[in-house]
Amino acid sequence: MLTRGRQWLNQRFHWDDLIGPLKKKTVPIHGLSYWYFLGGVTLFLFMIQVGTGILLLLYYRPGANEAFESVQYIMTRVQFGWLIRSIHSWAANLMILTAFAHMFSVVFLRAYRKPRELTWLSGMLLLFLAMGFGFSGYLLPWNTLAFFATKVGTEITGQVPFIGHRLMVFLRGGEDVTGATLTRFFGFHVAVLPGLTTLLILIHLALVQYFGMSVPPGVETRWKSSPGQVREMKFFPNFALRELMAWYIALGVLGAMAAILPWELGTKADPFAPAPAGIRPEWYFMFMFQTLKKIPAKVWFADGEVVGILVFGAAGLIWTLLPFFDQAGRGRGRKFFMGAGIFALTYIIAMTVYGYLAK
Amino acid sequence: MKTEEPARIQPARRRLVEVLLGGGVLGSITAFFYPVLRYLIPPPVADLGSDEVVACKVGDLKPNSSKIFRFGTRPALLLMAADGEYRALSAVCTHLSCTVQYCNDLHQVWCACHNGLYDLNGRNISGPPPRPLGSYAVHVRGDDIVVSRKREG
Repeated sequence: MLTRGRQWLNQRFHWDDLIGPLKKKTVPIHGLSYWYFLGGVTLFLFMIQVGTGILLLLYYRPGANEAFESVQYIMTRVQFGWLIRSIHSWAANLMILTAFAHMFSVVFLRAYRKPRELTWLSGMLLLFLAMGFGFSGYLLPWNTLAFFATKVGTEITGQVPFIGHRLMVFLRGGEDVTGATLTRFFGFHVAVLPGLTTLLILIHLALVQYFGMSVPPGVETRWKSSPGQVREMKFFPNFALRELMAWYIALGVLGAMAAILPWELGTKADPFAPAPAGIRPEWYFMFMFQTLKKIPAKVWFADGEVVGILVFGAAGLIWTLLPFFDQAGRGRGRKFFMGAGIFALTYIIAMTVYGYLAK
Repeated sequence: MKTEEPARIQPARRRLVEVLLGGGVLGSITAFFYPVLRYLIPPPVADLGSDEVVACKVGDLKPNSSKIFRFGTRPALLLMAADGEYRALSAVCTHLSCTVQYCNDLHQVWCACHNGLYDLNGRNISGPPPRPLGSYAVHVRGDDIVVSRKREG
């Protein structure tokens, strides 16, 4: 049966040639091999997001008068609706987490070095898209917390010099956060971002496939000096089955989180009510949010906010272009970039914790 | 010879492990997809089961005219025949559920979708409709024209 199906495909287009490279693909085995799983787990969580997102679309209604009620309806009336929404929220957060972990593992193993600069670049763009998903999806239930978080978030965008105001009006669909904003964010969240992300994921995977798995510099030198030590496993089925096990564990964690700690809905947004205490963005924006809160109102002659945004913008740009700065891989340069990675990670964790503790 | 013994037992053991593992994975996959299947079924819309409804006021309808009103979740048709008698019918065509209308030139109930015709008692007389329209009881209570479900039997 399977052979006949393959023959049928082979006669029409060269199926075996298409999957040939996949069969030849190998994964290096060394002490740090476990970090190879993170990208795959992120991909798996994205697929969960697509699936549960489509399910939520069956009942969700965008619009300031209906959004909150429809999510309420999903959570109270639709069978297992609370579970589907909870999984969508939890998988979103876990996906950002695994994407960040994936990124930092690539930094510390210096897997972005030549020839994989474009793989890194596409990965960074995917991370920004994922954050865009998070930011736009956060508003969709139209609850108080999301409403004010979006107000603050888009207001910060408005601080960007020259194009800030126009950008803010574009995001909000007007001067203020209204039902028009919700309609826009809904469109971004379910059409624009999924399309771009799918395309970029395909590019990212094609690049990973094309270059093969990166071997950490230390292991690489050891293997080069004594080629007898090189150990590899076949991608299919050996690594694929291990990856599948990682996905299975991820699914288990996800199901447990969603069932034990169901995502709350909160109260319906009221644009004319004062902001309640404890307004905060999703945790992955927290380090930026907290930094902006701590910058004094005036730095020399410029607005503190503007300075903060410019610094973050510059840092993000440098980070995105990291492989192009870290070219030669000389001893001093290597230490510098390792230090930069540790600094970034420490800064993000410290500011996030501070943000949650400080109130 | 003793060293060969484990090799002899292994296939059975392996089979047991396979069944346990496969069964477990299959069970958990079923557990993951069961909620999804249940989620796909839309919750029933609360039909408040109104047994009667005020269709309109006395004097709203002239002889040989009609009005569509809501009966529960579906449309219904109140019509006043040329002789001044009230009749209430379900407005849902028995063919493919279009909403019917009263034709005051034919003195018949007509479905525009596929040219189905019913008489004033809701009997299907021409075109594709397979069954007569459901009919309701009409009472005049004070100023109100009240339409109610006919009691069974």
